[in-house]
Amino acid sequence: MSKAGIIRASAFFGILALLPLGVKPQWVINLLIFTLMYAALASSWNLIGGYAGYPSLGHAAFFGFGAYFIGIIFENSVGNGYNPFFILPLVGLCAAIISIPIGFIAMKTRKDVFAIVTITLLFMVQTLAYNWRGLTGGAQGKGVAVPPFDPATFGRPYYYVMLILLLTAMSISMYFRRSKIGLSLAAVRADEDKAHGVGIQVTTVKIIAFALSVAIAAMVGAVWGYYEGFIYPQFAVDPLITIGMVLMTFLGGRATLWGPVLGAFILVPAQQYFSYEFGATQFYLLAYAAIFLVIMLVLPRGILPTLTDRIRLKAKIVAEANK
Amino acid sequence: MSALLEVNGLTKKFGGITAVNNCSFEVEEGSITALIGPNGSGKTTAFNIMTGYLKADSGSMNFRGKKIEEPNPARLYRSGLSRTFQQARIFPEISVLENLIVASGYSWKALFGSRTTKADRAQAGEMLEEFKLSTLADFYASELSYGQRKLLEFASVLMSSPKLVLLDEPTAGVNPVMIETMERHIRERNEAGVTFLIVEHDMQLVMRLCNPVIVLDRGAMIARGTPVEVQNNPQVLDAYLGS
Repeated sequence: MSKAGIIRASAFFGILALLPLGVKPQWVINLLIFTLMYAALASSWNLIGGYAGYPSLGHAAFFGFGAYFIGIIFENSVGNGYNPFFILPLVGLCAAIISIPIGFIAMKTRKDVFAIVTITLLFMVQTLAYNWRGLTGGAQGKGVAVPPFDPATFGRPYYYVMLILLLTAMSISMYFRRSKIGLSLAAVRADEDKAHGVGIQVTTVKIIAFALSVAIAAMVGAVWGYYEGFIYPQFAVDPLITIGMVLMTFLGGRATLWGPVLGAFILVPAQQYFSYEFGATQFYLLAYAAIFLVIMLVLPRGILPTLTDRIRLKAKIVAEANK
Repeated sequence: MSALLEVNGLTKKFGGITAVNNCSFEVEEGSITALIGPNGSGKTTAFNIMTGYLKADSGSMNFRGKKIEEPNPARLYRSGLSRTFQQARIFPEISVLENLIVASGYSWKALFGSRTTKADRAQAGEMLEEFKLSTLADFYASELSYGQRKLLEFASVLMSSPKLVLLDEPTAGVNPVMIETMERHIRERNEAGVTFLIVEHDMQLVMRLCNPVIVLDRGAMIARGTPVEVQNNPQVLDAYLGS
């Protein structure tokens, strides 16, 4: 990582770590938790959807898996405290293991077909969540005992765990960029058949990316489930969660380190604002769609790649002029 | 000289069309062998089968004296069989230097290592030097001209130190100077011990560069010999001009 990169990351995480100490209103903390949640989700989606170029629409299935994991284990115990946070690695590991055969089959298809296959997975898991009543409570949902955190700073533990998950997702993203996994994925994204023809272990790298990606999504879902306290199938396995992470990654820039984070920090507050403005109507979804259209028209590659290209072009012109 | 690659009774049908029909030939070690034939005679299909992109309906293939049971492009590449494509296929979103490194045939263990190690950069640097692409090392491959892309693709498949390189129309669509450059590189590499099998439509180049020449027609080999022999073979004339 370059020096500027280290300073940027330290400043970003330093400010975010101190923020809850200064900010008191609950609604702000709540908004921040959801912003961090989506930043972590978008960063995790970027691993497979950005770097590998496999646009998964099924990530909410794993998000819901994580939520139900916590919901089922900690249903009856009162005073769970921090315990659910400690089993997060286990949630991630289970999701990763489950994802290997799924990824192996789903990634036989490419691009749009892959998107359809994965969204089918989402609806399968949603149907399971509705109907496997013994396990999930069906449409009536599943409650998690509320932890005995101090009401004045209730959101803080969730906030910090989300922050750690975001840091984890970004660290993996960084690791991809700096290892041959990222180089191989870039080749897969550009031309998978050719990549296969120059000796790249395409299946291996795709599965690594998919498994790590959904592991983070599942852990984020677990924290979300614990924070909400009540897990309903329509919210835990919600296509809108998938759409959210995809949209944010597209807005900020696919296959970049900061793009998904930037996208989340723009869209989550915007979404909150729209849903506040338009009340209980679903108009904010129209606003969402409008944003997506504008991105596709004006910045098809997202904010960061467009900006860095412009800077690169300018530097080139300057270099040419100085010759 | 012994056969580096042996193809026996290869057949591939697409629906009712037999693209490759009981085709057998050998590529001798150290040679620059040409594979020519009219359009639709099965040259590219044969290439795709030999490199594991297509599964043959029947037939077998020996490479370096060993039977290849299930041809797989990645494994064949790492064991020394490289190919290029008719339309230069490079990775546009990564740099020229990285295009070379990504094709170096690294093992799965190297995946977890650094994106570009010192050794990678040194090896790729030498290759860039050889192909006079050094000044373009940090450009995105998408910024190259078509001829440069062809050159880059050729250079990149040499990164794994292959024994046999299959070139699919290496000079199609590039300017005459680039054709000469390509020819020179093929000769130099051949002298260094690399065997070539080339599909090419530029007959002058084939006559200058290749020996032997294998002629395919309707999916099967109809002639094999020196360029002069092939040129004077009535069957070959029939295939190209019709009788």
